[in-house]
Amino acid sequence: MKKRAPGTGSNRNIRGMAYVVTALFVCMLAGFGYFLQVESKTVINNSYNARLDSFSDRIVRGEIRSSDGTVLARTDIAEDGTETRVYPYGSLFAHVVGYSDHGKTGLESLANFYLLSSNGNLLERTLNELADVKNIGDNVVTTLDVELQQIASDSLGDRKGAVVAMEPDTGKILAMVSRPGYDPNTLGEDWDSLISGDNTEAQLLNRATQGVYPPGSTFKIVTALEYIREHADDWQDFVFECDGSFEYEAYSISCYHGNAHGRQTLKAAFANSCNGAFAQIGLGLDLEGMRELTSSLLFNADLPLALAYSKSSFAMGDGATEWERLQTAIGQGSTQMTPIHNCMITSAIANGGVLMKPYLVDRVETAAGEEVEKFLPSSGGTLMTSFEAEILSGLMRGVVTEGTGSAVRTDAYSVAGKTGSAEFETGKETHAWFTGFAPAEDPQIAVTVIVEEGGSGGQTAAPVARAVFDAWFARER
Amino acid sequence: MVNVIIEISRYLMILLIAVYTWLGFRWFRCQEEWQQNRTCLRQNAAMLILHFLAYVILYLKSEDERMVLFYIAQVVFFLVYIGLYRLFYPYVSRILVNHVCMLLTVGFIILPRLSFDKAVRQFVIIVISALVTWVLPFVVKRFWQLADFTWLYGGAGLAILIVVWLIGNNSYGAQLSLSIGGISFQPSEFVKITYVFFLAAMFYSSTNFKTVAVTTAVAAAHVLVLVFSKDLGSALIFFLTYLTVLFVATSNPLYLVFGAAAGCAASCLAYRMFTHVQTRVAAWLDPWSDIDNRGYQITQSLFAIGTGGWFGMGLYQGMPYKIPVVEKDFIFAAVSEELGGLFAVCVVLICLGCFLQFMLIASDMQALFYKLIAFGLGMEYAVQVFLTVGGVTRFIPSTGVTLPFISYGGSSILGSFILFGVIQGLCILKKEDEEEE
Repeated sequence: MKKRAPGTGSNRNIRGMAYVVTALFVCMLAGFGYFLQVESKTVINNSYNARLDSFSDRIVRGEIRSSDGTVLARTDIAEDGTETRVYPYGSLFAHVVGYSDHGKTGLESLANFYLLSSNGNLLERTLNELADVKNIGDNVVTTLDVELQQIASDSLGDRKGAVVAMEPDTGKILAMVSRPGYDPNTLGEDWDSLISGDNTEAQLLNRATQGVYPPGSTFKIVTALEYIREHADDWQDFVFECDGSFEYEAYSISCYHGNAHGRQTLKAAFANSCNGAFAQIGLGLDLEGMRELTSSLLFNADLPLALAYSKSSFAMGDGATEWERLQTAIGQGSTQMTPIHNCMITSAIANGGVLMKPYLVDRVETAAGEEVEKFLPSSGGTLMTSFEAEILSGLMRGVVTEGTGSAVRTDAYSVAGKTGSAEFETGKETHAWFTGFAPAEDPQIAVTVIVEEGGSGGQTAAPVARAVFDAWFARER
Repeated sequence: MVNVIIEISRYLMILLIAVYTWLGFRWFRCQEEWQQNRTCLRQNAAMLILHFLAYVILYLKSEDERMVLFYIAQVVFFLVYIGLYRLFYPYVSRILVNHVCMLLTVGFIILPRLSFDKAVRQFVIIVISALVTWVLPFVVKRFWQLADFTWLYGGAGLAILIVVWLIGNNSYGAQLSLSIGGISFQPSEFVKITYVFFLAAMFYSSTNFKTVAVTTAVAAAHVLVLVFSKDLGSALIFFLTYLTVLFVATSNPLYLVFGAAAGCAASCLAYRMFTHVQTRVAAWLDPWSDIDNRGYQITQSLFAIGTGGWFGMGLYQGMPYKIPVVEKDFIFAAVSEELGGLFAVCVVLICLGCFLQFMLIASDMQALFYKLIAFGLGMEYAVQVFLTVGGVTRFIPSTGVTLPFISYGGSSILGSFILFGVIQGLCILKKEDEEEE
């Protein structure tokens, strides 16, 4: 066959292509290695991954502990090898710790992979594997504080509702209570009645993260922020004459219990939760600006939260009627939000506008107590400028010093907060809200409380928060 | 005791394939032929021990006596295959024969674990393919007129693809296969070969602008028909192969730049025009938001790989069957889940080793026709491995192509054997020429 001598050029090009392909393969393998080494832990801890369940054939599920090491969930092994998951605190941590026998919820789901991994002594593990003996899974140490959880729960008592407490500067969740609860130790026996259609109590629902409520007057934080943004220079000049009810065309909005607040500045209107003043503000607000603000505050959006949660919704669109605007401005209307979301906004205000991602797992330890993995605080985004946060913080401080938040007024520490009494159904008592943080000047803890059909936020919800604050500040720190 | 054997074997298998892979790359540094041959012999040993250990586990876990018979059949096959090649073709590339056997071994290990019946079927196909393609090196070196059938390659290949597009069987929304007499086969696996022959023959005749234009038109027709058949993986393989072959044939980087630009434009256009392309890309970008539907396959694959970790769950300890079409397009995930991430990395490196052997052979060839064939087939092989492994690991969007020699499927196996057979022919041709001189 005749040979057309291909120049050395083509061989150079072949070599070049070989390098390119090799480089691509190396990149691909690097990506593969990165996935295996770094990403896989978070990826495979997913309720869709049926494989994790098979881990329990080889590993005894680890313990879930509070921040001081108190056991919140453990696995007992009977002599015949049967394993039982035991929750020493019964219903107290039911929602946040969750359960693992009827599907998985709460931390049992969130930390499933860690609980079913064993990072103990390699030699011991290998010997166990060879001997076909189960290894002991790692323990998950959470950010939860047993004392705060207990006090929050006791203060709620038999009433339905939720309490969330977190550290604004780290995002550590200190307490998360939802009532009514259930006893995870007897979940098997109670399951049918808990999920029965006749049961209207919704004990399994974690109201702190999954309950959506009208925010009521706690939403005035958002309305005030929008007003301040639109009137950066002259918001302090705002004045409203309150005679107990606000009339606009055919509509009328009254203040709580028809109180006449008299001449109100923005600060006073916020402190007194004056509906008339905020209705007037609502009428003048820029709809587009309001929509942008609410979405930047994570309404209608995913929250940086690993637990199962419901999305908060803000639905006022372009064609909103004046009535809708009035209602929305004071937190009624169609706006809905979860307690954890309210707590996150409050924390961001307390933390100079920066939201720290709420988290529950502080570290993972082997059964012998060696640290396997430590989780550090991380930012969930800046929700507002530090200047805006400072103004809102001042307004919220006013609520406590001279407004509706007198229940948390004390000389021992300074609270900044906002009360809310949200109407949700005609003829029923309002939902009572309180969200706030302390100390106002250097926040250490943010607390959000909702008491379903509790009436006035100041009278019902604020005392629950007070109990939590009292317990926190009673400690030496 | 059983547990001890299984656990130890699991780690030994990873060690053995690592040794095998290392030897495969060490081969490139061997100066003398006897060194190369010694390396290949050591590889055979590593491979056979690995194969044995895997079947010990398979037997202990399944407690199925058929595994023993199946194992013996495979060993006989390997010995005969390697032996026959060496006996009749003294100049065969022994390292490539080894790589083929190693990749087949991986398939022989993972397939019976997924489905014993499919594994047996696959074995029969492999034996037939190996026998049929055994004559290929002889054909390649004897019939130098191969370069004269330019339009037969181009015309026949294109015609077959059009037939598949028009009357092919629909699987997962794409026209991929034809059924004749109850046997379903995927013609694109064979058109791949004729396509490279066509390109090589064209550029061998001339690399002037007119030839380039005509060749581009025919190549583009191949790619377009594949796109219309919704066989995106093959379309990409054909396109990238054309581009690189054109570049090597002409040494004109402008073609590469223009071609890459045209490819990007065409990809954007395809993305806008075809919803199935959008689906694939969406499932790649964010599989988690639609985990029940579009994201199901890739997330199950990631669960498999992630849960298996570096060392794997061990044979029969994972749940590879949770991944849709695991035995074909997603076999890599099953390998990684049960045999380990390290094992899977070695498999990719062995594939890369094959590709580099191809490039070495391409460089050694004197005639441009042969050079381009070796290079073109090598590129097809590399692109295919890249697409399947990248797709399974979410490095790139999934395109649905098989992993040569490991994935289940007759056409894929026969196509891969033909591809390697042709390359072996070129290798033998070259070495015989050298001997004569």
